[in-house]
Amino acid sequence: MAEKLLEIKNLKQYFNVGTKNEVRAVDDVTFDIYKGETLGIVGESGCGKSTTGRTIIRLYDATGGEVIYDGVDVHAKKSKKELKAFNRKMQMIFQDPYASLNPRMKVLDIIAEGLDIHGLVKNSKERTARVHELLETVGLNREHANRYPHEFSGGQRQRLGIARALAVEPEFIIADEPISALDVSIQAQVVNLLKELQEERGLTYLFIAHDLSMVKYISDRIGVMHFGKLVEIGPAETIYTAPLHPYTQSLLSAIPLPDPAYERSRVRKSYDPTTHKYLKDEEVIMREVTPGHLVLCSQREFDAFAK
Amino acid sequence: MTTNMKKLPKDSFERITIDSSHAERISKPSLSFWQDAWLRIRKNKAAIVSMFILVFIVFMAFVGPFMVEHDPEDVKVAHASLPPKIPGLEKLGIFDGVGKLGSKTVNLYELKKVEVNYWFGTDSLGRDLFSRLWKGTQISLIIAFVAAVIDVVIGVIYGGISGYYGGRTDDVMQRIVEVLIGVPTLVIVILMIMIMKPGIWSIIIAISITGWIGMSRIVRGQVLKYKTQEFVLAAKTLGASDTRIISKHLLPNIMAIIVINMMFTIPTAIFFEAFLSFIGLGLQAPKASLGTLINDGYKFIEYQPHILFFPAAIISLLMIAFNLIGDGLRDALDPKMKD
Repeated sequence: MAEKLLEIKNLKQYFNVGTKNEVRAVDDVTFDIYKGETLGIVGESGCGKSTTGRTIIRLYDATGGEVIYDGVDVHAKKSKKELKAFNRKMQMIFQDPYASLNPRMKVLDIIAEGLDIHGLVKNSKERTARVHELLETVGLNREHANRYPHEFSGGQRQRLGIARALAVEPEFIIADEPISALDVSIQAQVVNLLKELQEERGLTYLFIAHDLSMVKYISDRIGVMHFGKLVEIGPAETIYTAPLHPYTQSLLSAIPLPDPAYERSRVRKSYDPTTHKYLKDEEVIMREVTPGHLVLCSQREFDAFAK
Repeated sequence: MTTNMKKLPKDSFERITIDSSHAERISKPSLSFWQDAWLRIRKNKAAIVSMFILVFIVFMAFVGPFMVEHDPEDVKVAHASLPPKIPGLEKLGIFDGVGKLGSKTVNLYELKKVEVNYWFGTDSLGRDLFSRLWKGTQISLIIAFVAAVIDVVIGVIYGGISGYYGGRTDDVMQRIVEVLIGVPTLVIVILMIMIMKPGIWSIIIAISITGWIGMSRIVRGQVLKYKTQEFVLAAKTLGASDTRIISKHLLPNIMAIIVINMMFTIPTAIFFEAFLSFIGLGLQAPKASLGTLINDGYKFIEYQPHILFFPAAIISLLMIAFNLIGDGLRDALDPKMKD
């Protein structure tokens, strides 16, 4: 198996800790990301997918747990220099292409922001040349550098966001629902761009989405989240063909296909957490059913899966 | 369908290929935010007219006192209470130096053997009202402008810190603001004026001591709104420092609202200064401001209405002009108004 790039151990992110409205957005999540792969995270709205991504990249300070990148704890105290080095390795692509670009800055300055912060270019000529190169990488024209974000369409803006992330030459990119605000024809464009970039540059992705078919298309492995917990993780094929957790099954039963015959016979399963009937003293943890395929279950359920 | 298609002659069709390199082209000219705003405010006639009026008043406020040979603070009892006289306009029956003396209507300039002309007349001490009016406008404008700038500086810093750092800092700072806002402004101002010597600076301090609160609240609200926007998060993931985020991402975005708010603060300050002068807490003679001029004028409103008329007209024009420009700017800077 490939080398581990990122280990997430018992990550917890609670909001309003100690008050009545404490929210456990991410609750004891553990998974690994391997070098060069794409890990897709799916789940319903508000299940903590985006929070997981943002906590990994230190936009939020984790309540508990560890994020270990290349053997170094991300959330440990760091000097400014170490923090900058970390910022270069890990980058993020945001969900809303209309909110993720500063409306008062020219494209040139938006993309060059990372270059400026990390001092990656020596003079303005080199800076412009680098921005032009990045624009062409994401399929835009160099003339676009002098324009403002509001002049671009959603898909173009999302590609600008990708160019901004690529400017610092990261190894790992968290894509936080990069396609959910785009229409379908543009979604393919952006996803294919991400795939091409992965092949060219050997990038590793954490791809957060709620579009299951898109996740299946881009991901090597898939993690399913429900109410802040990771309920199932495994190779994309396994998750799609042999889902074990009832929530995963419910999600998969919701995928529509453009086939009337199939649609007529499709039965939508609904997920009811009480069906587990967990006993008080039962330990509900991630258990490895087949190699690489982990499911959140009790010992009793695990035995049932094994059959 | 398919059979019909086959019957159609092949050569009547032409294959169109889409040049994909043109797909990403944007033909609209590139405009910056302020250029765009200028295009929109140009369509607003009221704002443009107000701008011209404002420029004229500001110009006159600084040049006006030098246009006549009279000094605004020069007392000449022999020339007291003269009506306006502008050479060239006499034949029209206005500004001809004719005024009431007792119950008779006479040319006071001839009666008092005054050789020089006073364009807007003189007050009861014989001071030239034309130069006094513009000198007073100048002082009123300076007071209002300095007070507005102080409001902006304190308001932006206070609101910015409160909004950006949030949490406990925000709580404490907002409680202080709430206490300040609970005390009636007029009481604070009157107390301040009583402690300090009357003068331009004491009025400026009195106006700005509570004036910044409104600005700080607006800035705090805007900072709270923008600091969770994704472009700020993106800058954070790139490793941007707080200084960079505030100066490059937050300030440019809230600049429009600061400018609009300042446009509404200036007329309020002008009016407040006039009010203070009117109730006798403002500038002391022989210094003039619009408020003291109005205060002087309204005592003679029955016999010499012109003493009141000119400063009242200027203050009204200033208020209307600033408000209309503020309105125009608000519309022009609002991206939702984009056509």
